[in-house]
Amino acid sequence: MFPKWFDNWNRDNPTNIFGPAIAVGVAGSAVFVAAMIIGWGQPFATESMQTGPRGTGMHVQEFVSHLEAGDPTVIDYYQDEPFVPEEGEELAGDIYENVQVLGNLTDANFNRLMTAISLWVAPDEGCAYCHGDGDISTYGEDTLYTKVVARAMIQMTQNINQNWAAHVQANAEVGVTCYTCHRGQPVPNNVWFRVSPVNSNVAGWSANQNRVTMVSNFTSLPSDYLETYLIANEDGSYNPIAVHDLQSRVQQQPGDPLIQQTERTYGFMNYFANSLGVNCVFCHNSRAFYDPGQVTPQWATASLGIIMVQEMISDYLLPLHDVYPPERLGPVYGDAPLAACRTCHQGYQQPMQGLNVIRNYPELAVVDGTPDYSAFEAASQ
Amino acid sequence: MAYFEYQNIFTQVQVQAEPEMGMDNENNMGLERTKTATFSTLVGWLGNAQLGPVYLGWAGLVSLATGLAWFNIVGFNMLAQVDWSIPEFVRQLFWLALEPPGPEHGLSIPPLNDGGWYIISSFFLLVSVMAWWLRTYLLAEQHKMGKHIAWAFLAAIWLFLVLGLFRPILMGSWSEAVPYGIFPHLDWTTAFSIRYGNLYYNPFHALSIVFLYGSVLLFAMHGATILAVSRYGGDRELEQIYDRGTASERAGLFWRWTMGFNATMEGIHRWAWWFAVLTPITGGIGILLTGTVVDNWFIWAIEHNFAPDYLGAYGYEAFGTYGDFGGIQAGGE
Repeated sequence: MFPKWFDNWNRDNPTNIFGPAIAVGVAGSAVFVAAMIIGWGQPFATESMQTGPRGTGMHVQEFVSHLEAGDPTVIDYYQDEPFVPEEGEELAGDIYENVQVLGNLTDANFNRLMTAISLWVAPDEGCAYCHGDGDISTYGEDTLYTKVVARAMIQMTQNINQNWAAHVQANAEVGVTCYTCHRGQPVPNNVWFRVSPVNSNVAGWSANQNRVTMVSNFTSLPSDYLETYLIANEDGSYNPIAVHDLQSRVQQQPGDPLIQQTERTYGFMNYFANSLGVNCVFCHNSRAFYDPGQVTPQWATASLGIIMVQEMISDYLLPLHDVYPPERLGPVYGDAPLAACRTCHQGYQQPMQGLNVIRNYPELAVVDGTPDYSAFEAASQ
Repeated sequence: MAYFEYQNIFTQVQVQAEPEMGMDNENNMGLERTKTATFSTLVGWLGNAQLGPVYLGWAGLVSLATGLAWFNIVGFNMLAQVDWSIPEFVRQLFWLALEPPGPEHGLSIPPLNDGGWYIISSFFLLVSVMAWWLRTYLLAEQHKMGKHIAWAFLAAIWLFLVLGLFRPILMGSWSEAVPYGIFPHLDWTTAFSIRYGNLYYNPFHALSIVFLYGSVLLFAMHGATILAVSRYGGDRELEQIYDRGTASERAGLFWRWTMGFNATMEGIHRWAWWFAVLTPITGGIGILLTGTVVDNWFIWAIEHNFAPDYLGAYGYEAFGTYGDFGGIQAGGE
């Protein structure tokens, strides 16, 4: 194939070309990859948000692709502006039977809000999900559990918006509506039930951890932190979320936390971080988790959130236990579904990326008061 | 190009012949030794191609038996926790654990299903580890060797005993011991650090890290140095110790000209031994002081001017807001 002189030359000059070929190939590939990354950019680019002083490594990072994609449920949020009431308009409580909440709305606003609620909570089932398949004259009846639950949830939403503004409007007007949890689903995706003990044939500290569960966020940390910290004890007290001893030297005091409390708190904090799509240093300086002088402003908002959830559970969610049919109750204890951080936040620092959901629904922002329509008066005149 | 082939992590020339069965001296070591030996090419790539014979001795047998008991107790407890389901056992294996008793039991013997099995299995593990230590000691004695390996192993056992025996007794509760599980013992480690105010501010933890990383560095330096002078016979280290040749001279000159100081052919092994041994010794001291003497290492470090305070304000207003980082509303409106 090749000329004779070429074959002869090769035979007379044996050379190991594999060594250099491998070296050149490896080095060349490395240069190529480096050039591509510099020229075209890092394919998995990230962005970070600083949360603490420079040099402390305090920042939250996200993939740019994730930031750009955003929360897919935001776009489906239905909203319309309220009708500013005219003088002397008849109120829903006088028109309809058995209106225990929202009775002080005008007819137009009442029906506007009813439509929104059905689109937020039960877009496929519509009005019938709560009011049944009967004639409109039967809409006042409380025959379906869904309607009784919906009433309590409206009261809960109003309470959150009015009394917990320090949490739900901490940085800007955001608020919550039914959609904040429901996202078009009759049963919100991120409710939780009691599951502990999770292990068979063991008792005590061995029984509540070391299993892959949804509530343990697939770690081997304890699965009982939500029920331990968020549900009140029989005497109405709450278990302290305690991790550290604040003395440098040992002075055994009753109530000093043990490593078990630390591990359970760790599970709870992991739930926080996963619910909000952040990490420890969103709220804490990790060199001294406990130190109130080194936490971030978000720590205060989150701490309020814990108390808010405790109140939601004791005042609104647990009392509904007897209202639910069996298929809505928990798989282990038949307990009522409960809410916590993830039920609203669903992986974002603020639910629905901080979209102002309450602006158009002043009816949901007050408990039994007159809705404040002043922001819409100028537009209507 | 012969030396080019020699520079390979795998042994290129293997000896596979009549097995070398070892001496049978006045201690009758041969009696308790297994009788056959085999050869493995695969093993030969990594070291000596000959496999066996093995001398277990009574200490080795006790160690294996009690170690197996510990292993089985842990495994069957895990299996019981998934209600004897083999698929769940496989699926959850890295999550499962045999946990120590809860804190309410103190140092008493707890119920079997709440830490009792943990105490029993820990007893077997203790016997197993100590018997294996004794075996390293006795084997060294029979070979008329120094006991350096046994003492080094004992340094590691010191840390093991601090974690599982000494510290729980000082704390007055077996619940302070470490769970037997893959992820659970890692969770315990993190929680231990956080509970005691960040273990990185424990100076003995810091010392332990120094010796650990120092061991790695010394290992790399020594290994590289010997490989680099093996062409002058440097790999025959014992000969170089009592009859220093050009390999030792070159290795020593290299380091002295690099950093002004060089270890000796014998001394480098003492450096490495002490670095390795001090890693668990200092670490064990640090663990033993935690919760028994010091309850919050960060505050302790502040009090002893060991941890600095940040100067000036945190300046949150300069950090940007959620509005700049995926949020829908612009900066705080």
